[in-house]
Amino acid sequence: MSDLLKYDLLGASEAIKSKEISSVELTNAYIEAIEKTSSLGAYLEIVKDKALEMAKVSDENISKGVSRPLEGLPIGVKDMFCTKDIKTTASSKILDNFYPTYESTVTQNLWNDGAVMLGKLSCDEFAMGSSNETAAKGNVINPWLKHKKMSPGGSSGGSAAAVAARSALAATGTDTGGSIRQPAAFCGITGLKPTYGRCSRWGIVAFSSSLDQAGPLTRTVSDAALMLNSMASYDKKDSTSANLDMPDLMSYLGNSIKGKKIGIPKEYTQDGISDDIVNFYQKSINWLKEAGAEIIPVSLPHTKYALPVYYIIAPAEASSNLARYDGVRFGQRKEASSLDDMYETTRGEGFGDEVKRRIMIGTYVLSSGYYDAYYLKAQKVRRLIKEDFENVFKKVDYILTPSTPTTSFELGKKQDPLTMYLNDIFTVPASLAGLPGISLPIGLDKLGLPIGIQLIANAFDEPGLISTAHVLEKSADFNFIADGAAK
Amino acid sequence: MSETSKLKPGHIQGETGVWEMVIGLEIHAQVSSKSKLFSGASATFGAQANSNVSLVDAAMPGMLPVINEYCVEQAVKTGLALNAQINNISVFDRKNYFYADLPQGYQISQFTKPIVGEGEINIDVDDNNQTTIGIERLHLEQDAGKSLHDQHPSKSYIDLNRTGVALMEIVSKPDIRSPQEAGAYVKKIRSILRYVGSCDGNMEEGSLRADCNVSVRKAGEEFGTRCEIKNLNSIRFINQAIQAEAERQVEILESGGEINQETRLFDTSTGETRSMRSKEDAHDYRYFPDPDLLPLEFTDSFVQDIKDKLPELPDFVKKRLVNEYGITPYDASILVEEKDYVNFFEKAATGGDGKLTANWMISELFGALKKENLLLSNSPISPETLGELIGLISKGIISGKIAKDVFSEMMISSKKPSDIVKEKGLEQVSDDKEILKLVDKVIADNQDKVKDYLSGKDKLFGFFVGQVMKISQGKANPGLVNKMLKENLK
Repeated sequence: MSDLLKYDLLGASEAIKSKEISSVELTNAYIEAIEKTSSLGAYLEIVKDKALEMAKVSDENISKGVSRPLEGLPIGVKDMFCTKDIKTTASSKILDNFYPTYESTVTQNLWNDGAVMLGKLSCDEFAMGSSNETAAKGNVINPWLKHKKMSPGGSSGGSAAAVAARSALAATGTDTGGSIRQPAAFCGITGLKPTYGRCSRWGIVAFSSSLDQAGPLTRTVSDAALMLNSMASYDKKDSTSANLDMPDLMSYLGNSIKGKKIGIPKEYTQDGISDDIVNFYQKSINWLKEAGAEIIPVSLPHTKYALPVYYIIAPAEASSNLARYDGVRFGQRKEASSLDDMYETTRGEGFGDEVKRRIMIGTYVLSSGYYDAYYLKAQKVRRLIKEDFENVFKKVDYILTPSTPTTSFELGKKQDPLTMYLNDIFTVPASLAGLPGISLPIGLDKLGLPIGIQLIANAFDEPGLISTAHVLEKSADFNFIADGAAK
Repeated sequence: MSETSKLKPGHIQGETGVWEMVIGLEIHAQVSSKSKLFSGASATFGAQANSNVSLVDAAMPGMLPVINEYCVEQAVKTGLALNAQINNISVFDRKNYFYADLPQGYQISQFTKPIVGEGEINIDVDDNNQTTIGIERLHLEQDAGKSLHDQHPSKSYIDLNRTGVALMEIVSKPDIRSPQEAGAYVKKIRSILRYVGSCDGNMEEGSLRADCNVSVRKAGEEFGTRCEIKNLNSIRFINQAIQAEAERQVEILESGGEINQETRLFDTSTGETRSMRSKEDAHDYRYFPDPDLLPLEFTDSFVQDIKDKLPELPDFVKKRLVNEYGITPYDASILVEEKDYVNFFEKAATGGDGKLTANWMISELFGALKKENLLLSNSPISPETLGELIGLISKGIISGKIAKDVFSEMMISSKKPSDIVKEKGLEQVSDDKEILKLVDKVIADNQDKVKDYLSGKDKLFGFFVGQVMKISQGKANPGLVNKMLKENLK
């Protein structure tokens, strides 16, 4: 049985198509893996019957000679995606017992393409966090150095942990300021945040509308390409969705990057980055050079403002997006004698501390008298950050940066929110600019924890991002498996 | 005449002098659209509670608004009809506040960049009072749902059918100076909306409501502090509320007090306004651009296409009626209030006397319909029969006085006026010999008055006319009667 877990998404797809293995076999192996790794706490909801039903349909399709792009491949879904008749909570108490009557566009795309649903994956509450510690149902444990109880990162911590622990062949995530790339880096897997507008936001619980973007967490770059091919689509139901065709990303695997220009921003090599990460960053630069790329030092001068800007804009939008969780129509309600009291107790008990903190920050920065100084100023600086990237992309094709300043940390160790926010320092700028970014594992630090490297591309250049990441992946030849992974 | 009756409308006589009202109106007009502003749910009035609610309207997690292009076109069309600037780029903002009938926790509206900017319209208060009122802006926004507090002793019920329905908020400049002008302004806006078809203007169903900003000042002084009276849904209430509010403010100011800027409600049972919330309690709406929606962007040709398709507007039709039919501008302004009225009028005036037709329509027909509580569309008198009646008058077949009797009969029986005249023998007597007989009889019967008249009491002439008309049962041709009396009273 455990042999089945060795396939990555692409490998499993080929094995199913060639009838080497069946989807039901594979799905059963993953259901077993979920049970074996349940102590990690990655899954909030397991839909065994539904998974086997979908797998059976896939096997029937294969026997009929029909095979959709993701036929029979069992995957997990971050709890931010609304899934029809399957509990969707965004890891929040306030949505306990919420069963959507609709399916998000992204997950529907996946099911339409034949993917098999295993269940819902934990995340930080409303995707607000960088350690998965704000989830209402408790921490998720990183499968790396499992005994030390390290953080899987966040907010897509459950997704990253499940892929790393081999309890999902791949998973969906959402990225607002780094929520796909940072946990991917912490868990030694690949995480791709597409260009803002590539994936429809319809049916995804909103955190920060101008930043939220869905993307895949996978074992390999090829798997990320395979997943994103299906996830991305133009959707009339999302006014910010891009009306652009996505080229078949699989056809960009194996392309040479000879002559491509890679920018190395000087602002991303500041103090506070661990030595191991600095070393592997240098190694990555060398690998790209060896592959024929030209390395060019560049400057993104407004980088230092990215975190403050992010922590104004994202909470501002969140404070408004989360107003709908008021106990009136769905989710948890605490009865009280007046409407205002009902709001206060429902929201007071329903939201966790981090969510409350951000609602308060967001409310403050939008208040009359403060709006110009905070929100409006932040929007202007966001524009400058975007222009930084536009200028750099006139000179280079891709930008290479570390994914995170440090590798994973022990759960419960980082109590200070500001220190926690620093985790996203390398991922936030591309989010603010709406650019696609990918994090892939390139090595282990002294403790044996995975190190991620990030490539950023110009808007809608996912094809080039995939080609370049694929080259880097080959050079790094990262073939370690987490000690806490299912065997 | 008393002091107050000499005052101009909109002026209030106080202890310290005459006060002037300054009024600005915010009209909320529901866009005549089958579906809502950002969802596909039906916008029909009167459906069963919560039956027209989409996932977007109920603000379910992950739901996103998508702009209804039809509503955008209606707003542009209306803006053009208000002679206003169309903004080729406009932005939707979120207005954040909590209420049980506001599922999103915010209303999507337009704050800093509305779809329509400044414009102006002409209004006619009466024959001698025509003026121009400035339009500040028009923006698109979502309506809220309805809270029902009287269905259960301890619970409130929520109906979300109205949630998300498209509204155009039309904001005037503070150019209005009397309740009468406010009424004329609302009527004019309503008729423009109806002409372009962007709103049915139905105040009873709430598809047209107004918030009135009222302040008072002494002539020539700066504007005073204003109060806003919310949600008035008839022209009569608008009139009453403005008058009552202005009087309240004068009373406070004259007794040495200050006006608190606040939101007030008009109590229709007492005819007074009362405080709803003060400025201190006002919400901080935390407006910011809605990140779920892109800015609205139009090309000039998009606007031009809509402009090219605009129907005839009330002012244009008014001018035409004045020129073609020779009626007064004020009468024309009443007739153009509704397209129905114009159509009726033009049919009735075919080949007849336009001025006479306008008089009969406005004073007789509208009066009679109002008494019977009927709309023009249900009038027992058709444009054709009214036209025929006017014809009978102008051809001298019946007198104006007889015509009123015929008119009353027409209201009841819907018969043609010529038939009524024939049946009842009401034709005007225009035969010289017949009339001479009557004139002779009156002169013979009133010799003493004849003597007085001939000795210089000219005023007695009317008496003789009256007598002749009386014995002819009103049927004698007044012109002939006059002529013959003059000839024979010598």
